[in-house]
Amino acid sequence: MPPAATLLTYRVRFPRLDAKWLVIGGAVGLAAWLSLVPLGFLLWQSFLTPETATMPAQFTFDNYRTAYWSVETLRVFGNSIEFAVGSAGLAFVIGTLFAWVNERTDTPFKSAFFALSLIPLVIPAILFTVSWILLASPKIGIINVAIQNLFATDLVIVNVYSMGGMIFVDGLHQSPLAFLLMTAAFRSTDPALEESALMCGATVLQIAWRMTLKLVWPAVVAVFLILFLRAIESFEVPTILGLPVGIEVYTSSIYQAVQTYPSNIGLASSYAVALLVIATLCVYMQSRTAAEVEKFSTVAGKGFRPRVMRIGRWRFLAAAVFTAYLAIVVILPFLVLVWCSLQKFYVAPSMAALKNLTFDAYRSVFGYPIFASAVWNSLVLSVASATIVALTTAVLCWIVARTRLPGRWLLDNLATLPLMFPGLVLGLAIMVCYLHLSIGVYGTLWIMLIAYVTRFMPYGMRYNATSMLALHKELEESATMSGASWGVAFWRVVLPLLKPGLIAGWIYVVIVSMRELSSSILLYSPGSEVLSIMIWEYWQNGQYVELSALGVMMIASLLCLVLLERFARRWFGIADPGL
Amino acid sequence: MLIVKLLCTEYPGDRGTAVRATHDVSFEVPDGKLFTLLGPSGCGKTTTLRSIAGLEVPKSGEISLHGKVVFSSATGISIPPNQRNFGMVFQSYAIWPHMSVYQNAAFPLEVSRRKPGRKDIAERVMRVLRAVALDDLAERPATKLSGGQQQRLALARALVMEPQLLLLDEPLSNLDAKLRERMRFELKRMQRELALTTVYVTHDQSEALALSHEIAVMSEGRIVQIGSPREVYERPCNRFVADFIGTTNFIDAHVIEETGDGRCRVGTPVGVFNVQCFDRLRRNQAVIVSVRPEDVELSEKQPEGAARDTVCVGVVDAKAFLGEHLDFHVKIGDLALLARAHPSLRTPVGDRIFVRMQGDKCIALPAASVAKP
Repeated sequence: MPPAATLLTYRVRFPRLDAKWLVIGGAVGLAAWLSLVPLGFLLWQSFLTPETATMPAQFTFDNYRTAYWSVETLRVFGNSIEFAVGSAGLAFVIGTLFAWVNERTDTPFKSAFFALSLIPLVIPAILFTVSWILLASPKIGIINVAIQNLFATDLVIVNVYSMGGMIFVDGLHQSPLAFLLMTAAFRSTDPALEESALMCGATVLQIAWRMTLKLVWPAVVAVFLILFLRAIESFEVPTILGLPVGIEVYTSSIYQAVQTYPSNIGLASSYAVALLVIATLCVYMQSRTAAEVEKFSTVAGKGFRPRVMRIGRWRFLAAAVFTAYLAIVVILPFLVLVWCSLQKFYVAPSMAALKNLTFDAYRSVFGYPIFASAVWNSLVLSVASATIVALTTAVLCWIVARTRLPGRWLLDNLATLPLMFPGLVLGLAIMVCYLHLSIGVYGTLWIMLIAYVTRFMPYGMRYNATSMLALHKELEESATMSGASWGVAFWRVVLPLLKPGLIAGWIYVVIVSMRELSSSILLYSPGSEVLSIMIWEYWQNGQYVELSALGVMMIASLLCLVLLERFARRWFGIADPGL
Repeated sequence: MLIVKLLCTEYPGDRGTAVRATHDVSFEVPDGKLFTLLGPSGCGKTTTLRSIAGLEVPKSGEISLHGKVVFSSATGISIPPNQRNFGMVFQSYAIWPHMSVYQNAAFPLEVSRRKPGRKDIAERVMRVLRAVALDDLAERPATKLSGGQQQRLALARALVMEPQLLLLDEPLSNLDAKLRERMRFELKRMQRELALTTVYVTHDQSEALALSHEIAVMSEGRIVQIGSPREVYERPCNRFVADFIGTTNFIDAHVIEETGDGRCRVGTPVGVFNVQCFDRLRRNQAVIVSVRPEDVELSEKQPEGAARDTVCVGVVDAKAFLGEHLDFHVKIGDLALLARAHPSLRTPVGDRIFVRMQGDKCIALPAASVAKP
């Protein structure tokens, strides 16, 4: 029997070598290279002692002994889980609630709320954390100072340096992500399904809980996993807020292990292996939910028009809650940064301080030697990585959702694997890797591009998977029956229909690339600094006012970018509303 | 001529087992004819259609059109679906929501190997849109179409490439009843005018009867009976077909004697029937007699029956007025019969009524319905 017949038993549709297999092979190869090579170096490092000038690295199990066989470890594990569950839960509840209110009810000013609630995405974690120190630290926090002055007490009302504070700051910072992802999920569900429940006599809340939430369940699992993993690999919040009061999680333990001299990369790597195990479990659970693909695909070729539910007087309450949320997440942190940036050194707002407003900090930022190149590098890196990520993951998601290739679930895990690398360790692994493989990328922008694409590939996967789950397969099949080859069908039917998810993912990757810090910190060299590195340098030098000034400008220009993108899309008549 | 030979398909079930979707499906469709695969959901009809389309790869079998093999497990041939030049209308219509009506219909021409010129494309697209009465809406976004318009667009998209074969997967099931009836005639008219060889999949027996030149009734992955609509309706080969196509009364019986000429006498709880039989039956074999409701004739006066007819006396148990006809439930002893009568018959519930069943219209079927052709 010819080889074609053997392939048939695997139900491969086109058992021939053509453009389809080249594209698929390229995407799979890229994902495998990017995910597995750093993983290999991570594991290799975890069995080595620290290398010093006098002693070369040696094989050892000591790192694992230190990392797992101590009481300390149990505490770190407990803290990590508490922090991640708390932060992901807070972000998920807030995000889902607002996404539902925004997509499915007649709350007033919805489009304004939608636009405003995306702003926190733009604020880098380090700026958000610093702004909450300025607001709620026990000594200099505006909230505490104001209340202490008002009631003439020494009582500390809120303390951001605590587990509660960490969860609060990180959860709030992640909530817009949950909001975005859940909005996309709600948009791909046919409202007729909810309306039929309404006709069965269900109340609005019953429908939200028993229909909408259940229908978007695969998306819910996917979103919660993203939030959980982001929280557990969150670097800025636990390091800045947790370490000073001795609350250690995995990431800050890794950071400390790297920071000691000689830096104990082996110990850091064995901590990272624990994170890997947790994350693998999560992804395995998620891939089981994805088996429900067909069951939950509700966007078929028949057009449906999203309709909203009337919630009566409750809509005013919803609008009020939305406004309060925006005040806490957007307005307060931004205003405190603006205030700080206009001072010579930081003081709580007062009439006296109002007289000392100055633009010196801004002048200082523009005068900083690396400013211009940092802006350029950030732009190039974020656009390039977002484009590569969006297109590659679209192909990968298609393979996972549509083909019956054996081991395709492995591919999903492969492309999601980098999610488990804390940025710091990923940066380290890539650094070590390309020091050994001298292909000329070390010390250039290319190595940072590799790091960014690797790091953000999982987000592209999740964005595209969400829309791919909702895409009826007959839409592609009809293109095939029309005579289109795989490439044409993919380019002209699948990609345009994935556009909501694709564009949402693209914007998201641009923004997170702009504020990426923990990988860049180990990979930049003179000439390839990015904006977040500049902020980091200010933070280390304790230059709060310059940090605030740069932060304000960065947030403002990112906001302009988002607005420009929305305007451009309307201009070119791309039919997708919102995302 | 489309020839499908011994098609077997499988899909992966739980824990790596393979589940058979179709067994040894074979049929032929002459040029210009409309062939229907009819059966309840899960009977393998859509799988068969998708195998012809090339969207599924069968485990074994052979498919050829005009003598050209498009799939054969023996020689390892499997032509990709996009090179088969078969037009297909999907159940969901699969209208691309990001394109206009015109763009949807023009897509097959734009992606074809020998892409026609711009003017040629425009001319052919407008011709096919005119044929389905969508030429006025050419520039409209596809999402702004009603259900019936989407269905016609899906048909136009399948026709614009002038396919060798048209495949229709329950194309009318998403439409409301009135529209479905209109589209049924529309579809039939276009198919007959274009003389396009067509394979049609449906679970709706009235659609199948109205449209087809030939029907294959499928059950559990096998073809149970192939025949013209009239044959399948009037001479069902077993209980499943008789039950699935139309409505029918079943009466338990046993064979008394064969009278030759395809007839036999059977004993039933309400007396001896003269019936038709198409299988060879043994004396005393248990059979089922099938009588269509419209063949159960009712009258208030004693009817004059021919020698072969059966006449009984019953009582009206219930009745339902359905506009063009009236359904009577008649009880003859313990036996309940459904009869379809003209609305002019006004016998009240509880009254005595005469029932006549012509011997030609009663069919004896083997009691075990598992019999295969």
